[in-house]
Amino acid sequence: MLRFTLRRLALLVPVLFGLSILLFVWIRALPGDPARSLLGERATPEGIRQIRALYGFDKPLVEQYWAYLGQLVTFDFGSSIRDGRPVTDTFLEQFPATVELAFFAIVFAVVLGIPLGYAAARRRGELVDGAVITGSLIGVVIPVFFLAILLKLVFAIQLDWFPTSSRQDARIDATHITNFYVLDGLLTREFDAAWDAIVHLVLPAVALGTIPLAIIVRITRASVSEVLNEDYVRTAEAKGLHPQVVRRRHVLRNAMLPVLTTIGLQVGLLLSGAVLTESVFAFNGIGSYLFDAIAQRDYPVLQGYILFIALIYSLVNLAVDIGYGLIDPRVRVS
Amino acid sequence: MTTMTSATTPEPAALLDVRDLSVVFHGSHGDVEAVSEVSFSVRPGEHVALVGESGSGKSVTSLAVMGLLPTRSAKVEGSIRYDGDDLLAMTDHERRDLRGAEMAMIFQDPMTSLNPVVPIGVQIGEVLQRHKAMTGRQARNESGDLLARVGIADGSRRLGEYPHQLSGGMRQRVLIAIALACEPRLLIADEPTTALDVTIQAQILELLRELVSGTGTALVMITHDLGVVAGLCDQVHVMYAGRVVESAPRRPLFARPRHPYTGGLLRSIPRLDAPRGEPLTPIPGSPNDALSWAAGCAFAPRCGNRIDRCTSQTPELAAQHAYEPGYEQALRCFNPIGEETS
Ligand SMILES: Nc1ncnc2c1ncn2[C@@H]1O[C@H](COP(=O)(O)OP(=O)(O)OP(=O)(O)O)[C@@H](O)[C@H]1O
Ligand SMILES: [Mg+2]
Repeated sequence: MLRFTLRRLALLVPVLFGLSILLFVWIRALPGDPARSLLGERATPEGIRQIRALYGFDKPLVEQYWAYLGQLVTFDFGSSIRDGRPVTDTFLEQFPATVELAFFAIVFAVVLGIPLGYAAARRRGELVDGAVITGSLIGVVIPVFFLAILLKLVFAIQLDWFPTSSRQDARIDATHITNFYVLDGLLTREFDAAWDAIVHLVLPAVALGTIPLAIIVRITRASVSEVLNEDYVRTAEAKGLHPQVVRRRHVLRNAMLPVLTTIGLQVGLLLSGAVLTESVFAFNGIGSYLFDAIAQRDYPVLQGYILFIALIYSLVNLAVDIGYGLIDPRVRVS
Repeated sequence: MTTMTSATTPEPAALLDVRDLSVVFHGSHGDVEAVSEVSFSVRPGEHVALVGESGSGKSVTSLAVMGLLPTRSAKVEGSIRYDGDDLLAMTDHERRDLRGAEMAMIFQDPMTSLNPVVPIGVQIGEVLQRHKAMTGRQARNESGDLLARVGIADGSRRLGEYPHQLSGGMRQRVLIAIALACEPRLLIADEPTTALDVTIQAQILELLRELVSGTGTALVMITHDLGVVAGLCDQVHVMYAGRVVESAPRRPLFARPRHPYTGGLLRSIPRLDAPRGEPLTPIPGSPNDALSWAAGCAFAPRCGNRIDRCTSQTPELAAQHAYEPGYEQALRCFNPIGEETS
């Protein structure tokens, strides 16, 4: 298992290297020009040339990439063209918010989705099953953006159960160490701050977690239905085992394998879906910053952020594969 | 619970007594009567065979005894008494206490009957922990011994292995160890060798024989192969399309089969005492040709002894003069072998 993990980690290096080349070329192939958008109205051919020279955009592509790579190996991702702040700084400041949101969304989806999918499989064809299936169908097709606005209108504005925006009440004087607000609150024992951060997370997490929830429900239902018909479940029942033991050890352990894979794949979707949700709830994640970076062709920010996200995505899926190996001895690599 | 009224027979009371069992499956395309009017009993130490082709209701019968049919779709009627107690009147909880401890089952397909993601040691140990109140460590030790007893050398060192690391024969040995772990008084073996290579089949049968003989374990052996019955069972019930068509002790059944279906089954197995060069003759047609028992004999379309009555009237299972005391002998046929009316 350790060797498998190390090999997969080592494999990440060429993958990220290749991705950095692709990104570099692809971003520069987009129409538009950072210098022009930076200068806006005041753009003169002279001004544009100066800016391009300043950032080295006038050099040949290979030369530019070579310089970029030189920075990368020292973990320097450059600075934003718009505000001059180092990419690493802004990323570390904003990304925890997005991760926190995505994490709560996936927890919401898993904690609700697995029991619902299990119940539906157990009562296949009954009312519960029909309700769960219909609900999950609606969940899959409803656009995240629309759901986010709906939730905000109903539960934040009309009912006033939850805050409408931001990550934490501005009146709370919280200490931030990691920029994961809930975690910070727990670490510093400022529990009211942690609680407030959680309350702020509820609606965005529900909005973001609904599609993964619907997908997890469906995969769980299909997977459990299949496992329930397996001969080994009958063997377990022939032992007179308590139904709880049959469920945990014999049904769920097998049925969770496809669900686990699905969760891993959802992570990418969550990180990109987070951008929309963040904008509805004015949640200070990478969303709006990345959005502006695209609009203004902020090359260093785009490259750095996308590389970071790819790295996180790969690590999560590595974790999923390790989890898979822990459950299923047949795929364990020796 | 009431005790059995077995005043008329001096024989030990039946451990398992099945009377007029019927199982109906409710499906989306209507109801299917998989088993009906099935009656048989098994005394302690007795080895009884249920024989029949695919689809004759052997597995459904044994699953009904074990209480493993899906409760939502299967309706079980009649009576199943175990040690005098009516199993069908028990709660789920009471039946779970019996399963694995008092009665155990070995399944048809060892390749799919073990959980692929749980070590075999745990799969054996859990039944011991459930019924014998053993600790994890005790269960581990006992599991190792059990593996050795079913012929897996070095048993205690292989407890951590997973099913995919074992051959089919090995897996069936593990399943036998699981079934016998709590020394059940009733063992149901549902075609335990069908899925195995011929050479392995003989080994597994021999192992079963060894393990059950002399222990007082009552065995219900399910098979489509009368050859398996020959060396193992005392009493045979032949099933066709969900009903018993002939019941007889093994010896008279082999010597003088009366139901044409039994005769057909016997002609389709190789026999050592058959004259040299006598060809094996399979029963014509397939079980799919079975008719419903509603208006006639289900076997009639494939039967060489068919007379007019067979397709207009349903034959009843009629008790026959008992060949040996204590055995059941019955026949469901209008025109049995040796007494042909036309
Ligand atoms: N869960 C079920 N739902 C509906 N019908 C079923 C179900 N299980 C079994 N049956 C039907 O009951 C009949 C008897 O099946 P059973 O499995 O008992 O046959 P069998 O004698 O064990 O055959 P085989 O030798 O193939 O194992 C078959 O026609 C089958 O289609
Ligand atoms: Mg069967």
